[in-house]
Amino acid sequence: MALQTRVKITKTADLGEGIFELVFSCPVMAESARPGQFVNVYCDDASRMLPRPISICELPGDGQIRLVYRVVGAGTKELAGKHPGDGITVLGPLGNGYPFEGKRAVLLGGGVGIPPLLELEKQIGIPAAAFLGYRSDKTFLLDDFRKYGAVYVSSDDGSIGVKGTVITALERAVSDGFSLEGAVLYACGPGPMLKGVKAFTENNGLTAYISLEERMACGIGACLGCVCKTMEVNGHSGVKNARVCKDGPVFDAREVDLS
Amino acid sequence: MSQVNTEVSIAGVTLKNPVTVASGTFGSGQEFSAFVDLNRLGAVTTKGVAVEPWAGNPTPRVAETPSGMLNAIGLQNPGIDTFLKRDVPFLRKFDTKIIVNVCGHSEDEYVECVRRLADADVDLLEINISCPNVKAGGITFGTVPEVAQRITRRCREAARQPVIMKLSPNVTSIAEMAKAVEAGGADGISLINTLTGMKINVRTRTFALANKTGGLSGPAIHPVAVRMVYEAAHAVKIPIIGMGGIATAEDALEMILAGATCVSVGTANFRDPAASVRVADGIREYLEQTHTADIKDLIGAVK
Ligand SMILES: Cc1cc2nc3c(=O)[nH]c(=O)nc-3n(C[C@H](O)[C@H](O)[C@H](O)COP(=O)(O)OP(=O)(O)OC[C@H]3O[C@@H](n4cnc5c(N)ncnc54)[C@H](O)[C@@H]3O)c2cc1C
Ligand SMILES: Cc1cc2nc3c(=O)[nH]c(=O)nc-3n(C[C@H](O)[C@H](O)[C@H](O)COP(=O)(O)O)c2cc1C
Ligand code: FES
Repeated sequence: MALQTRVKITKTADLGEGIFELVFSCPVMAESARPGQFVNVYCDDASRMLPRPISICELPGDGQIRLVYRVVGAGTKELAGKHPGDGITVLGPLGNGYPFEGKRAVLLGGGVGIPPLLELEKQIGIPAAAFLGYRSDKTFLLDDFRKYGAVYVSSDDGSIGVKGTVITALERAVSDGFSLEGAVLYACGPGPMLKGVKAFTENNGLTAYISLEERMACGIGACLGCVCKTMEVNGHSGVKNARVCKDGPVFDAREVDLS
Repeated sequence: MSQVNTEVSIAGVTLKNPVTVASGTFGSGQEFSAFVDLNRLGAVTTKGVAVEPWAGNPTPRVAETPSGMLNAIGLQNPGIDTFLKRDVPFLRKFDTKIIVNVCGHSEDEYVECVRRLADADVDLLEINISCPNVKAGGITFGTVPEVAQRITRRCREAARQPVIMKLSPNVTSIAEMAKAVEAGGADGISLINTLTGMKINVRTRTFALANKTGGLSGPAIHPVAVRMVYEAAHAVKIPIIGMGGIATAEDALEMILAGATCVSVGTANFRDPAASVRVADGIREYLEQTHTADIKDLIGAVK
């Protein structure tokens, strides 16, 4: 069950290019956490009122939770200034997480959509491959993924791997003989990439679980700040939208309207 | 420890303590009940509900601002049928009063919603007149005294429960609005709703909210809210539910001293899901520490 608590940071690291890692200890939270769930991180500076939702990247054991994030604004900057031994206030685990279907899992991660796929790949059982898209050859978490299965890299500028997005890399692999037979896709990344994944799976008759991002205020399903459009009327909302924080962040790509 | 009385009464309804939550920041209590013991709140105020389901605005719907936030949820709600079937029975399991916030696109919609609530087991109605009036080109009902007075009268006539009118702060004279709804027969008023604001992202050169404008809430608006509660309290005799930026017991006490009978905790719930209960506990501690026997002695005590 989710709880809000002050936890102790056990490790921090600068992964380069504005990407940071932070590990904290919270056994109760770690015990119930699942891949694809996230935690709300609160700023110590109370003038920043809203939580920063950050995906669980890895559950390294011993009640630890690992986050990997990009510094984009004041909140993540404050976070990057933390050191082991410092406290942070977190609430989690939140959201639904990725469903396991007992099928070959093809992971597609773009940018800071890459981190949540790591724990998924560790737990999913039948990892087929991870397609990881970066801006350039300044990669992160590559070695972690290589421990668990095949990795296909792409970059926006072509400085490493296939030039283009993870979809470009996936299409290239398929044309080179990579089989999507009996596979389920798991994706996390920027909006345009997820649209691409949705279109790809629809064209190929595949199932994809995609993790969406939206601006949040409560993170627990109460404020209706974070909705996405859905194809059908949602049971909770009574209208064609669902709460990313509570009904998601992971959705079957067929169920959401990304247009 | 001295015995203190934290009970207050709004239009004949007794709240065990003067703390409720601000509509829209707490859903119908279900999600927050994992973090807060709802039995410890004077009342739960629910998210605005209309006769039919409303889909709300496109996203982004929320944006952070210094010590506050902007929201343009667009009053998304599942409609009164679902609300009555699902949310009222859930809340009734707790020992707390239920305040139902009502919204509408037309005067008739407000009245219809109030009527549908007549047989419901709820304690108070809070009518949000900051909704856009579709027939009048989206101007909110709550900015024209005559319109506010008329809606109040019509809701009052249709309602079985006491009617609290929730006022918009986006007016020249809050005292005038308060008098208008009192003349319309309101049993109480609540204020303030959010202040209209705007935020622009200079990096992307776009509006932070898809709706362009949104309602500002949180500690940033607290002094404005205290001033308006004070002015309203001096203009009318009916009780006031004060809100706007309350995050601590001290903020709440300020509002009560300015003239509020009870208070709502809103945006603060987003930073601390247990903020409402902490405020209630803090008020009790204050009464004990200052040897104040009854919270009612503080209402409007600073003149
Ligand atoms: C479910 C979910 C999981 C996420 N997981 C990760 C992750 O694992 N690693 C990572 O680097 N980033 C992740 N993000 C994005 C992360 O939340 C934002 O980058 C972060 O909130 C930015 O905060 P800031 O104060 O630095 O930026 P600012 O721009 O100063 O933030 C201002 C406000 O906007 C919100 N905000 C800004 N960008 C985003 C965004 N992209 N999504 C949602 N809210 C935003 C902030 O929370 C804050 O309320 C995730 C977002 C969601 C919704
Ligand atoms: C996300 C959000 C949703 C809201 N929804 C409603 C609503 O449905 N009806 C209403 O009357 N007020 C609504 N409000 C206004 C609050 O009830 C309250 O009047 C205002 O936010 C000021 O209090 P605060 O600063 O403590 O949040 C909403 C506010 C927020 C932040
Ligand atoms: S952030 Fe409040 S409902 Fe999702």
